[in-house]
Amino acid sequence: MQVDGAESLKLSKMSTIQTSGTEEVHPDVLLVERARAGDVQAFEKLVRQYDRQVFRIANHITQNREDAEDVVQDAFLKAYEKLNQFQGNSKFYTWLVRIAVNESLMRLRKRRTGKMVSIDEDVETEDGSVPRDLADWSPDPEALYGQSEMAEILKKTIQGLPPGFRVVFVLRDVDGLSTEETADALGLSIPAVKSRLLRARLQLRERLAKYFRKDGKKNGGGK
Amino acid sequence: MTCTEFLAQLDELIDNEVTVSLRADLEQHLRECEHCEITLNTTRKTIEIYRSHEIYELPEEVRVRLEKAILAKCRKC
Repeated sequence: MQVDGAESLKLSKMSTIQTSGTEEVHPDVLLVERARAGDVQAFEKLVRQYDRQVFRIANHITQNREDAEDVVQDAFLKAYEKLNQFQGNSKFYTWLVRIAVNESLMRLRKRRTGKMVSIDEDVETEDGSVPRDLADWSPDPEALYGQSEMAEILKKTIQGLPPGFRVVFVLRDVDGLSTEETADALGLSIPAVKSRLLRARLQLRERLAKYFRKDGKKNGGGK
Repeated sequence: MTCTEFLAQLDELIDNEVTVSLRADLEQHLRECEHCEITLNTTRKTIEIYRSHEIYELPEEVRVRLEKAILAKCRKC
């Protein structure tokens, strides 16, 4: 069963509660208020709403399933402990992602025995551009592969990108966050998010082309 | 418009963040450049494929275990 983060966020936006005048209160804010007052069940709703997305982001950064499970626990626990610091000027989910990204980087650092890991690293190709595979794709590339084979291709392909590109792509294109929300969650500038998103999209397209191009047999070589 | 200029606006085009006049220029370039048309369509497809396939599935039993652990710790806070 696939989870569409963008869809769940859209639904969440649609169910935004209208209060007096034009002011709107996101339903998450009400849950946060109840949780702050000691209602653990309200916090449970927030956990259930966002645990899959946090797990996905943690996996994309750590590339380790056990670490990602630990990040889910630690990020929600930290969020609970810091609920009083949530200002409500950003969405709860954006705030939670910021915690989850930091927890993921800490895990990664531990595995790399203290080596500094940052989401802020910048990676340029030699001339700052991305090469272009100009062959068209099969009209239905997903029909070329079985579901698990496709998942492996997509995983292997995105893992080849620098972490800072992967996370921007996932937040913007899979989770459906805006450029501003992505910048806020990652502590990046808006131009940095835009530049990474363009390069992430083009690099993923380029890497997927060898599996999906019309004129080639599926090669699955992944070289 | 050159291909480089087109590619610089690719994200804005995909995300529907272009003005009417810029869109007209980009569409004019697409009519004349098959390579950019392929790049646009396959980039859109790339996004669509990643959006519709969950590559890091969180199994329900793991989810329940994590949620129980989180809430048990929250109750102790």
